[in-house]
Amino acid sequence: MASPLEQFEIKPIIPIEIGGVDVSFTNSSLWMTIAVVVAGGTLAIAAGRGAMVPGRLQTVAELFYEFIAGLIKETIGAQGRKYFPIIFTVFAFVLTGNLLGMIPYSFTFTSHIIVTFAMAIVIFIAVTVLGFVKHGMHFFTFFVPPGTPLVMYPLMIPIEILSYLSRPISLAVRLFANMMAGHILLKVIAGFVAAMGVFGILPLALVVALTGLELIIAFLQAYVFTILTCLYINDALHLH
Amino acid sequence: MSEPEKPTSLEDLNRRLKDVRSKHAPDEPEKDGAGSSGGLGLGFRVAIDLVAGVAVGVFVGWLLDRWLGTTPWLMVLFFFLGAGAGFTNVLRAERASRNPPE
Repeated sequence: MASPLEQFEIKPIIPIEIGGVDVSFTNSSLWMTIAVVVAGGTLAIAAGRGAMVPGRLQTVAELFYEFIAGLIKETIGAQGRKYFPIIFTVFAFVLTGNLLGMIPYSFTFTSHIIVTFAMAIVIFIAVTVLGFVKHGMHFFTFFVPPGTPLVMYPLMIPIEILSYLSRPISLAVRLFANMMAGHILLKVIAGFVAAMGVFGILPLALVVALTGLELIIAFLQAYVFTILTCLYINDALHLH
Repeated sequence: MSEPEKPTSLEDLNRRLKDVRSKHAPDEPEKDGAGSSGGLGLGFRVAIDLVAGVAVGVFVGWLLDRWLGTTPWLMVLFFFLGAGAGFTNVLRAERASRNPPE
């Protein structure tokens, strides 16, 4: 029986090597490209018509637009409008990646920590730069929680800085761990279907239920990733 | 909400508003629940936040140790600071989910 971890294997499709660095076009790259094409293409087609009375596809696109716009208004406020493009892109990319991963024999790039960590670290650095641009050196007051007595500064400032530094890790690990755990679980339970013969109907039912759960998680984790991005931008803009 | 001598129409409006709001209220915890996907999601989140704090603390301590040649003391110190940061993360996330940002 195939290992439940086999699905995460990276296979180079077009081997490329530049200066001793392996930059092959892998199945992971392929699915990322597919995600970009699918997300971009769907939205382009949906928005292209621009009908007064939206069709099915346009309704979905408008739903997503309003969902993210509402999320930004809730978490950042009116100032957040400027950041709509990046937030919507992050959401669309993660969501499409998660959902494409639900297709049998596909590859879930969001289940690789290097992918989620790369996104998280870019967001982290961008948000930090944004904080410095908006507030200059004043940004450092972010590491002093309001109402801290002076005696506690030597303890609180390192803790706050470490807490800030742990953001990209928890952002990346949350998405990666959820996606990986779900996909392993599906594969393990599915393995029982064949192994148990007639009684395989039980794990089969479970797999069906879990597939539904995984679809929810795919949405949920894209949402969580997006809302955390919004909260970080909000922190950088408003400091506390 | 003290309404000592407000006209009844306003009181009535108030009551109707409250009714509508309470009808919409179940929306909010559900939205919060969606963010954490119930107990399992919450546990997952807390665990990741905690571990992330400790991991970053240890990593920063290890880097400083290597730089300053004080192995292993700064790593020990930053382990505890990182644990503190992890708890801060959890507390803050929990507080934010209890009373969502206005």
